[in-house]
Amino acid sequence: MTDTTPTIGTTEVIDAAPAQQPEQISHVVVRFAGDSGDGMQLTGDRFTSASALFGNDLSTFPDYPAEIRAPAGTVNGVSSFQVHISDHDITTPGDAPNVLVAMNPAALKADLHRLEQNGLLIVNSDSFEERDLAKAGYDHNPLHDDFLSSYRLVEIPMTTLTQRATESLGVKARDSERSKNFFALGVISWLYSRPTEPTVEWIEGKFKDLVKASNLAAFKAGYNFGETSELFDHPYQVKPAQLPPGEYTNISGNVALAWGLVAAGQLAKLPLFLGSYPITPASDILHELSKHKHFGVRTVQAEDEIAAIGMALGAAFSGHLGISTTSGPGLALKSETISLGISLELPLLIVDIQRGGPSTGLPTKTEAADLNIAMYGRHGEAPLPIVAAYSPAHCFDAAIEAARIALKYRTPVILLSDGFLANGSEPWLLPELDTLPDISVSFQTEMNHVADDGTPEFWPYLRDPDTLARPWAVPGTPGLMHRIGGLEKEDGTGNIDYSPANHSKMVHLRAGKVAGIANDIPLATITGDADADVCLLGWGSTWASIDAAVQRTRREGTKLAWIHITHLNPLPRNLGELLRTFKTVLVPELNLGHLCRMVRAEFLIDAKPVNKVQGLPFTAAELEDAIQEALK
Amino acid sequence: MSDTAAVTTVPITTKKDWVSDQEVRWCPGCGDYGIMHAVQTLMPELGIAPENTVFVSGIGCSSRFPYYMNTYGMHSIHGRAPAIATGVAVARPDLDVWVITGDGDSLSIGGNHLIHALRRNVNLTILLFNNRIYGLTKGQYSPTSETGKVTKSTPFGSIDHPFNPLSVALGAEASFVARTHDLDRKHMIEVFRQAHAHRGASFVEIFQNCNVFNDGAFDDIISRHAREEMMIDLQHGQPIRFGADGHRGVVMGSDGQLRIVEVGDVGEEALLVHDAHRLDPGLAFALARLSHDDHSATPFGVFRDVQRGDYGQLVGAQVAAASEKKGPGDLGALLRSNGTWMVG
Repeated sequence: MTDTTPTIGTTEVIDAAPAQQPEQISHVVVRFAGDSGDGMQLTGDRFTSASALFGNDLSTFPDYPAEIRAPAGTVNGVSSFQVHISDHDITTPGDAPNVLVAMNPAALKADLHRLEQNGLLIVNSDSFEERDLAKAGYDHNPLHDDFLSSYRLVEIPMTTLTQRATESLGVKARDSERSKNFFALGVISWLYSRPTEPTVEWIEGKFKDLVKASNLAAFKAGYNFGETSELFDHPYQVKPAQLPPGEYTNISGNVALAWGLVAAGQLAKLPLFLGSYPITPASDILHELSKHKHFGVRTVQAEDEIAAIGMALGAAFSGHLGISTTSGPGLALKSETISLGISLELPLLIVDIQRGGPSTGLPTKTEAADLNIAMYGRHGEAPLPIVAAYSPAHCFDAAIEAARIALKYRTPVILLSDGFLANGSEPWLLPELDTLPDISVSFQTEMNHVADDGTPEFWPYLRDPDTLARPWAVPGTPGLMHRIGGLEKEDGTGNIDYSPANHSKMVHLRAGKVAGIANDIPLATITGDADADVCLLGWGSTWASIDAAVQRTRREGTKLAWIHITHLNPLPRNLGELLRTFKTVLVPELNLGHLCRMVRAEFLIDAKPVNKVQGLPFTAAELEDAIQEALK
Repeated sequence: MSDTAAVTTVPITTKKDWVSDQEVRWCPGCGDYGIMHAVQTLMPELGIAPENTVFVSGIGCSSRFPYYMNTYGMHSIHGRAPAIATGVAVARPDLDVWVITGDGDSLSIGGNHLIHALRRNVNLTILLFNNRIYGLTKGQYSPTSETGKVTKSTPFGSIDHPFNPLSVALGAEASFVARTHDLDRKHMIEVFRQAHAHRGASFVEIFQNCNVFNDGAFDDIISRHAREEMMIDLQHGQPIRFGADGHRGVVMGSDGQLRIVEVGDVGEEALLVHDAHRLDPGLAFALARLSHDDHSATPFGVFRDVQRGDYGQLVGAQVAAASEKKGPGDLGALLRSNGTWMVG
């Protein structure tokens, strides 16, 4: 846009350097909260991006309702975005925010309890009219009494100020409402000395015409308001973090996972086929992969979850890297097809972005209660390998690892992530592409057996002696035509065979193939003190909270060990031996003890569960308490 | 494929190249044998190679079919064959993909996949063996069983209203819809040939006799003595007439209703001329519903054969267009696409 861009009106261009010197702080946790329609996710996301480009370490936690638009102004409709920025290595989005931006009374009501004592509370005072208060369920105006006396309250009439900043552009009062989140972003950007260029550039690229002008004006007005209003003593600055050198990008788990799948296709030298059905919080992977067709990615939005995995299986049979992405309810529907995939012994990747269950449960909230269904949720003896991502960026590596196992061992693999990883983001040190593993496998092109009469023939279930994987002969290969199916088949020939001894042999072979993968995955390692009494055993997204809790506990001089596993089936082969060296094993999980029961059963150790099922990640403090309790 | 046959070398195969070494395990006298022989007879005539052919089935008696074909094949899950075959056909538009299914498999447990495969127009040749009964589970009524059917699960008679498979297919936007039956190999071969030649989803209902659990279900229409007066042979571009010397025919009344008439009463010019290529499926639908039961004159042949983009090719075209526009995927560029910053 050039000459058609409206001028910025009365709002001046932002000063290059703030007049006041910023106070250096090591980290800050900011929570933006407002109505679902207020654009809080976008606001948080922009603040995050500016911080990432500034060089902070960071971790984010989007927290939004299941309804697209719950009744406006109600507590049910509050959408929040918490971001932790730091000048040092951090892993969690922070326990208690230092700053809460509440765009309306409902947001205040929903999130005030999270704010630290004496924390900074910034409210849009324009939205505290009687009607707004009633919708949020307040019978008083909390701004007008001492209800908020234990916080540093800053009232800003954001709606009015945004309106004033945009009216000269010809923006109607009602339309200017939509820009007030940029005003809030401007205020916070000034307060934490964020560079403004990334946000300005983003607005200019994202919006057009009057909306662009209005959002720019609101953002700049907010920034200037911070500087000139004297509501704040001075701004703060969180210096860039001392991260390992290299090139970074800010990445969310779902994008990292989608890119990991693209990379897996490239590394396997196979076209990628995604069959998927929209489901929160997995849909973003479908969206992301659909953009990258030039990598040879085929995506089909199927008619249902069952069709989605059926298509992926059909593509796998045809020589593609077949993938189906979903969340818990979808995983349940895919169960029968996964069992078929186990019987067919074809590579297939199932990605489960876990959410609160059972049933529709908490579709937008996180939980890690699908480990049991991943392990045991199939009919018959149907074991499969399970890989779990532990951080947003790790979703990239986990996707490649899951694909590697699926391809090499010709088996369905379940990759577990969760809502916290999917939507949360962190800086990611980009990998050197030539360090990524070669996961390519060969298709069978020749006969592999000789019949008694000397005729060469193809046996679809003649196994590789090391991996026990069967040959992958894809349609189009002359001479290797064969039929596979869900009926029990004879090992070797693949012919239908119901005989007792053969079924027993096949059940044991399929189980043995999966168990044998233990020799092809990393050993478990101990972080912290190997001679500690207490060891935490974690998997998945609890990594962030455990990391924070372990660091804090050890900083206080307490010995503590931590093992975090990414392979849940088979388990690392030294895990039992390692766990047995500790007096106490604590297993923090966002479920009622799935891994805990697995290791108790597997290793006969008295592992103790630490559980949380609130749709939220553990806070570090909660885990510290559990550790202290165990140390008593 | 009709549109590629001109440019590819026609593989020379014989029927035995298409027959697998597996023992066929259907009940003696089952209609499935006739269908299988028709398919195996047709295959060498199509000029395609066994290695480029895939048969996908669900579960049920008919779904054993892939085991008996010397092609690539998958005997999959009850109802899911159209979905799995969609994966094959979208991943590999170069393959000939056939779906073998039954009335329970495709119209009950797999109804959703069938209608969506038809709607998308995936390049599949779908053969629905309709015997109006569950055979493999030993004789329960199916979604095409007539109301009042007494079976093990309906000792007082079924109260379900049945599906008309062709109505379902036409309602699901199918671009090719046909019907044949297991007693006439020549008719089957001709219909299968046209179904195969059609690019996109082809749906063929085959009246198939289950001589164990629903013997003679179609006898009043397709048995040798009934055929002449009860089977209406649809021919594209021809007036619809049947019976001895074509004495009966089909007309459309002023109320839009199709009726069977004596040609002598109305004159040949009053007869409906069959147009399988008509874009509007209304007439095909009316023909599909001309017969209301197993005892009235029933149309056979190709009801509808219209052109629409083949889903697998369209998916492939988007991939090709994206590659042409953006060049081959560059992983390094992808990882940097959301902006990066340097540390140190």
